[in-house]
Amino acid sequence: MAFVEHNAKTASTSAGGRVEDYVALLKPRVMSLVVFTAFVGMLVAPGDIHPFIGFVAILCIAVGAGASGALNMWYDADIDAIMSRTLNRPIPSGRVSRDDALGFGLTLSAFSVGTLGLVTNWLAAGLLAFTIFFYVVIYTMWLKRSTPQNIVIGGAAGAFPPMIGWAAVTGTVSMDALILFMIIFLWTPPHFWALALYKKGDYEAAGIPMLPNVAGERATQNQIVIYTVLLTITGFGPVLTGLVGWFYAIPAAVLGAIFSVLAVRVRMASGVEMKRRARVLFAYSLSYLFVLFVALLADVGLIRWFGTV
Amino acid sequence: MADEEKNMTQAEIFQRRRRRRSIAIGLALGALVLIFYAVTVIKLGPGVFDRPL
Repeated sequence: MAFVEHNAKTASTSAGGRVEDYVALLKPRVMSLVVFTAFVGMLVAPGDIHPFIGFVAILCIAVGAGASGALNMWYDADIDAIMSRTLNRPIPSGRVSRDDALGFGLTLSAFSVGTLGLVTNWLAAGLLAFTIFFYVVIYTMWLKRSTPQNIVIGGAAGAFPPMIGWAAVTGTVSMDALILFMIIFLWTPPHFWALALYKKGDYEAAGIPMLPNVAGERATQNQIVIYTVLLTITGFGPVLTGLVGWFYAIPAAVLGAIFSVLAVRVRMASGVEMKRRARVLFAYSLSYLFVLFVALLADVGLIRWFGTV
Repeated sequence: MADEEKNMTQAEIFQRRRRRRSIAIGLALGALVLIFYAVTVIKLGPGVFDRPL
């Protein structure tokens, strides 16, 4: 009886999280991008992988990415409670406790890395482990709150998935894998700075030193243009190494040109209009990465089926 | 989901959520068993018969 009463008392303070809350801890939207880029990295890599092994590898990468998302939310609960964008996350809204999120994240990290190592190879598993470490410790715990260059270096964590996919198939990391990494690495700053430009107030309130808050809007706009140009150039890397042909080169050129134009348009504006254009740039950057990787996949597919394009 | 919990006591909500979490964990573990079984068969393949007796 006392046990029932005790349970009822505990329940009155917290009913515990719902399954959906734990799914939300995995940041499903970020996960979908990770799955997609890892999938492309795996398919364009030279070599064969059994479809089921490939599926399990992607699952491990997705769960590993989700685990790092949960650990990120565990550590960032204090600032998530301040920003409107993150206010409704499971921890700041009180649906999941911080300790539960920590345990959840650590367990999934261990399972995803261990399983990936067992089903593919330990290079891929090591890269996944490093990605989780990089995102949680280097980015979340250290850089995010201390430097306006946080997302430039932290962006590396998001750039690893295609490399992990590549390593899962080949057991190595080649120049092509490095180029795929560089594309996402250079894509991250303009993507997040566009967001930071129109969500500046939020980051300011949370005390996160994003570039617009620290160096000003003008400096951010300049940096966006610089990184966009570097990204557009790097986008041609797979053509130069011979991984892909014109079927990829043409979309890469068009997509890069549009990205550059939108970045320059953000640079030319100020005030409300600049924020509107930054919003457009942010939305476009997502499509850019998606279409670029689809083109990469299509080109490699054509080369494999028809010999050349 | 929230509507269904509207007319429940805290204790009922607690038990309902715990039950659902337990089911989710059970399903995840079951999936893991199937994955390891399938991967073992794929990795060994016909080689499972190719061994000294």
